[in-house]
Amino acid sequence: MSDRVEVRKTYKLFIGGAFPRSESARTTAVTAPDGTLLAHVATASRKDVRDAVRAARGAQESWAGRTPYNRGQILYRIAEVLEGRAAQLAGELEAVGVPAAEARADVEAAVDGAVYWAGFADKLEQLVGSVNPVAGPFLNLSSVVPMGVCALACPDTGGVRGVLGLVCPAIMAGNAVVAVAGGPAALVTSTLGEVVATSDVPGGVVNLLTGDHAQLLPWLADHDDVDQIDLSGAPAGIAADLRARTAENLKRASATHGAEDLRTAMAFCEIRTVWHPASI
Amino acid sequence: MITASRDSRGIVLEGVAVDTPLRVQPVDALALQERAARLVSRSVKRESKVAGLELSVRCVDLTTLEGADTPGKVRAMCARALRPDPDDLSLHPVAAVCVYGALVAEARDAVAGSPVKVASVAGAFPSGQSHLHERLEEIRRAVDDGAHEVDIVLNRGALLSGRLDVVHDEIAAAKQAVGHAHLKTILETGELGSYEMVRLASMIAMAAGSDVIKTSTGKLPVSATPPVALCMSEAIRDFGEQTGRVVGLKLAGGVRTAKQALGYLALVAETLGTDWLTPDRFRFGASTLLNDLVLQLRFQRTGRYPRPGDLPVD
Repeated sequence: MSDRVEVRKTYKLFIGGAFPRSESARTTAVTAPDGTLLAHVATASRKDVRDAVRAARGAQESWAGRTPYNRGQILYRIAEVLEGRAAQLAGELEAVGVPAAEARADVEAAVDGAVYWAGFADKLEQLVGSVNPVAGPFLNLSSVVPMGVCALACPDTGGVRGVLGLVCPAIMAGNAVVAVAGGPAALVTSTLGEVVATSDVPGGVVNLLTGDHAQLLPWLADHDDVDQIDLSGAPAGIAADLRARTAENLKRASATHGAEDLRTAMAFCEIRTVWHPASI
Repeated sequence: MITASRDSRGIVLEGVAVDTPLRVQPVDALALQERAARLVSRSVKRESKVAGLELSVRCVDLTTLEGADTPGKVRAMCARALRPDPDDLSLHPVAAVCVYGALVAEARDAVAGSPVKVASVAGAFPSGQSHLHERLEEIRRAVDDGAHEVDIVLNRGALLSGRLDVVHDEIAAAKQAVGHAHLKTILETGELGSYEMVRLASMIAMAAGSDVIKTSTGKLPVSATPPVALCMSEAIRDFGEQTGRVVGLKLAGGVRTAKQALGYLALVAETLGTDWLTPDRFRFGASTLLNDLVLQLRFQRTGRYPRPGDLPVD
């Protein structure tokens, strides 16, 4: 038997590349199915939302300014680091009651998803950008631009893939994100901050908040500086209210559910068309 | 001719332009820092917060002091000064706009007919290192162009080499040169080295006739800080007790957020009393602060976090 004192981990938020506790100092107890206390996870408040959006806004422009190829490299790096942490993340899912095989499959699917979106990064423009035929002496180009700052409601029961399935396509397209997850996903969401922090993702591009959807999502839906909210994991009872709030400030509301396809990629960007006043 | 003598209770200045000798008490730096930190971290909520934010807007000297300033930029800034929040017409204009001497006429024209004052920096701002007659000429010119207030820099070179009479007499000469305009003297506390020096500089500047003493030019990395603001506030209070004269305070440089502004209001109210919470006696010299104040007021009004990119930057 080892004499070592157990080193227990403090599960914190991930904002602007740092790991702060919640501004509110609140935590939520996460327990195993048999009721054993596993950890007290930081519970984000509206002021953490405010700070995360500010960090995301500050990081978005230079992130979008990187080449899609470079963003792809960094996404692939996320997959690499995630692979190395697979056992830890699967263990954290098992601890909250996910069967071992399912936990393992979830982490593997998350790694594969990160690789998928890494490859997508420098193909998006070819797939949907175009030179358009117009009736006049103009060069007419349609190209892809990111939405800006995206709020992501990740499903509490979605595990690692529930979080990364939204984060990866959003940052692939050049957005900065504020992702919210809680409940059984709280432990892995907090740990994913460590994955992102060691994957060359610039601070502020990905912000991860553990907390209660019903408390945090209204602030994100109302926030004028958030350009999009993905409601994939929003509790059914509040989704309609959140959509009504997004209508107030003309925010895009989507529900991609992390599908790996072009439609998801397009949910996180818009097409901008320019008319160049010269023919070629 | 000023003389400064030191006894067990501090420095005594004699020969300054007030009737009695002025006592400059020593400063306990640690106590000053502790007290300042406590005062500026006071929590201000709800209707008091809204009142504080609105007061802060009214106390702003909206400033642009760049080599790249153009008449167009000054006009744009004046438009913001007159109507800080385009969505809220009930919000008062700021106290003043602050520009370089060459742009005073432009600013004066842009704010004509409004309560917004025009302030000009003058006297070889920001270093002050030119001949006295040139500095005085610059001051007279700014007033002739229509400046209501003139911000001059204290002669730090003279102060730091102990030539207190030079410091005093130059400010007194500037006071004569501004005539009816208000004279604000910048101490540039980041270059003074100690709180005691800040206190001494404050006393000399006030004794020489400054209407307002101001922390900084905003051209140094270290500008207005809570301990310096407290030190100058205490100097103003003590000067008032010794001479019966009222002097204003302007904090410039480094005040960027609404939260800092509310902290400084608390500090000033506790030290000088609420009589000082008016644009006549208290100012923030700032450019980015105004937008943050407006954003915080919008949040208080709507309950939704606003988009910083919705407001103009100059």
